[in-house]
Amino acid sequence: MIAFLVSAIRLGMTLLFGSTGETITEKSGHLNLGIPGVMCVGAACGCYAEAVYFSAVGIKGTNGILAVIIPVIATLIGGALMGLLFSFLTVTLRANQNVTGLTLTTFGIGVSEYIIEKADTVGSFARGRKFFTASLLDLLPFSDELGGFGKLFLDFGIMVYLSIAIALICAFVLSKTRIGLNLRAVGENPATADAAGINVSLYRYLATCIGCAIAGLGGLTFIMDYLEGTWEYMIDDLGWLALALVIFTVWKPNLAVIGSVAFGALYVANSYLGLDIANQELFKMLPYVVTIIVLIFTSIRSRKKNQPPENLGLNYFREER
Amino acid sequence: MAHEIALECRGITKTFGSVIANNNCNLDVRKGEILAILGENGSGKTTLMNMVAGIYFPDEGEIVINGEKAVISSPKDAFKYKIGMIHQHFKLVNVFSAVENIALGIKDKKGYNLSRVNKKVVEITQRYGFIIDPEKRICDMSVSEKQTVEILKVLYRGADILILDEPTAVLTPQEIENLFGILRRMREDGKSIIIITHKMHEVLSISDRVAVLRKGEHIATVNTAETNEAELTEMMMGKKVDLNIRRSEPLNPVNRLEVSGITSTDEEGRKILDDISFTARSGEILGIAGIAGSGQRELLEAIAGLHKLNSGEIVYYTPETNAPENLRDKTPIQIRDLGVRLSFVPEDRLGMGLVGNMDIIDNIMLRSYSKGRSVFLKRSEPKNLAEQIIDELEVVTPSANTPIRQLSGGNVQKVLVGREIAASPSVLMAAYPVRGLDVNSSYTIYNLLNQQKENGVAVIFVGEDLDVLIELCDRILVINSGKVTGIVDGRTASKDEIGLLMTKSVQPEENLKETEA
Repeated sequence: MIAFLVSAIRLGMTLLFGSTGETITEKSGHLNLGIPGVMCVGAACGCYAEAVYFSAVGIKGTNGILAVIIPVIATLIGGALMGLLFSFLTVTLRANQNVTGLTLTTFGIGVSEYIIEKADTVGSFARGRKFFTASLLDLLPFSDELGGFGKLFLDFGIMVYLSIAIALICAFVLSKTRIGLNLRAVGENPATADAAGINVSLYRYLATCIGCAIAGLGGLTFIMDYLEGTWEYMIDDLGWLALALVIFTVWKPNLAVIGSVAFGALYVANSYLGLDIANQELFKMLPYVVTIIVLIFTSIRSRKKNQPPENLGLNYFREER
Repeated sequence: MAHEIALECRGITKTFGSVIANNNCNLDVRKGEILAILGENGSGKTTLMNMVAGIYFPDEGEIVINGEKAVISSPKDAFKYKIGMIHQHFKLVNVFSAVENIALGIKDKKGYNLSRVNKKVVEITQRYGFIIDPEKRICDMSVSEKQTVEILKVLYRGADILILDEPTAVLTPQEIENLFGILRRMREDGKSIIIITHKMHEVLSISDRVAVLRKGEHIATVNTAETNEAELTEMMMGKKVDLNIRRSEPLNPVNRLEVSGITSTDEEGRKILDDISFTARSGEILGIAGIAGSGQRELLEAIAGLHKLNSGEIVYYTPETNAPENLRDKTPIQIRDLGVRLSFVPEDRLGMGLVGNMDIIDNIMLRSYSKGRSVFLKRSEPKNLAEQIIDELEVVTPSANTPIRQLSGGNVQKVLVGREIAASPSVLMAAYPVRGLDVNSSYTIYNLLNQQKENGVAVIFVGEDLDVLIELCDRILVINSGKVTGIVDGRTASKDEIGLLMTKSVQPEENLKETEA
């Protein structure tokens, strides 16, 4: 049971990065369907940077902290660049957001494959797993006495805690600060925000870049933590789950902390139930089914509070009447 | 002279492409006065004020504030000069509370603290007598509450010069009185208020002075006390206009539409229409009066087949044979084929009647697309009709191929009404057809309705201006909270009588429940 929950949380937190990033993006009115691609590129950039770092310092000179920070920074940059590309296309060139997002997904998957092939020629990044999965529990002196509690809450790598921290910070910023208020206004009604003297383009650019940077971390966490250093071409799967999670948690990053664990549990449940392969695939559908049910419920109750930002997916041109 | 000038426009000119919106306009507003700006649709009132508020920048001329030349190139600059404009279309974020909307975009050094904003808002509301709950979300508010939030937004930023663009267009008579009370209190407080409006009696009752604009030019500014309706209209139109509605006697009226006992409820189970019965006769205009949201919209939609009924009958008598047809549970197309035309003007004009991105011809084809026999659309007939409408109703548009949304409100309205009438209906229903229209266009519409009546059409007219209802309609049906509270004769009824019927409490218990909720 604990193994199942631990696995659910580890997968869930990769989703949490993706959904927090997408929530910030969507709050600005950008529907970025490129999140799967962004997560791929983010992960690949991180892996490449890790490979370069290891080959540069050799086995003996490896510093544990740098081995985490360097790929994280590379991932942030890779994700942000994808966000910049999306914003440039939609804000500056006024391209359709749906088309741009879907293009970005295909583009991102392709780019990530290229980067990973390149990384393999530089060296191995797989050794980085031990720094990413290094458990908090091992660092605490009284770890043995914590039993099940410790296993469930403290036995994770750094990225898991980072994702929760980022989600909570984002929730706070969105609901309790002026920046959050302005950002929400931009997504709800950009014309109003514009009239109030808020720079709509700037907010959209920044929110999308920051959101994509955060989402990229989800990809890195998946490779380095959940898969423990093996590259697998299924990050985009998680990207779609992260998008569903945004709807499931009605655009609230703090709810997403719990929602992501639920999604993670649904996603990994198949391997703990002893099902045959066909049924396993059926089981993997569950998160999407749940999302559809949530969509049905939120639209039936039609509470304005739990609806997506009013101008989600719409570009803003000031001159238009 | 003891009058201190707060704002002065000197020789303002603004052109959009080849269209001159304002030509050499001179205008001034004093401290502690209410100035009304009067003019037809497209006379440049809003453009001029948009330049003062920083939305547009004038091509020529200058704006002087408190004796100093001011350069206003953005709404931010306008706030710097303590100018605030309340636009016709509210700029509010729907899911935000009033306070959040007011706080939006303000940078003060003390940091972000909604409860402090809230306190200041309450202070302002008490000072001027606003009634509003600052924590309420915009999406739960009525139109008049939203307007209050807009005014509060401007006052919160410390505006001394307030510009209101047609603030009364969407308000009920009581709400208008309320607003005027607040405006008068602001005037006493030394603020300068500019109000843009079409409604003559409002100009006369609220303003100290009136500035008249015609075709982008400033004609004159006169003291309200020294002028009258006829003189102002003449200045506005540049010619004498006959402001009488000629009401003819109905010509052998026959029952065309019999509505009996229709009832419907909304999603929450409240009754919107409660046992409504009436008869509309051919060659007669039946007015419907009531406070906004009393069920007028649902009633018309029910007749047009757009609103589901719980019970009741709607019987239509075909003109030629007088054979009864039950309209209930028929689709809009079936009903239209019988000759019932609905010309409906909801709060946003482009909602139900017309498609904003399509041009006039295409919008006319929306009515007739199913008529042709071949697979291809025939554009010549609608094109002729479009040109006829543009010509007869004096629609101001670059061409018949211009997207509707680029026309001004009054012109959109003319296209809609023109199209409905061209379909030669036997029942014509018009809801608020003159909302937001200037005097001249309004009378054009009234005359059109009268023409239809003389042609033997049963006209149903939902209006808000009681004076007009009394002048135009043969009979007036008054509804209140979905119930009929009376049917009066337009020739003998008085405004007070109708007003009383409109506000008479019909369901004391239910009203009580609503205020509690």
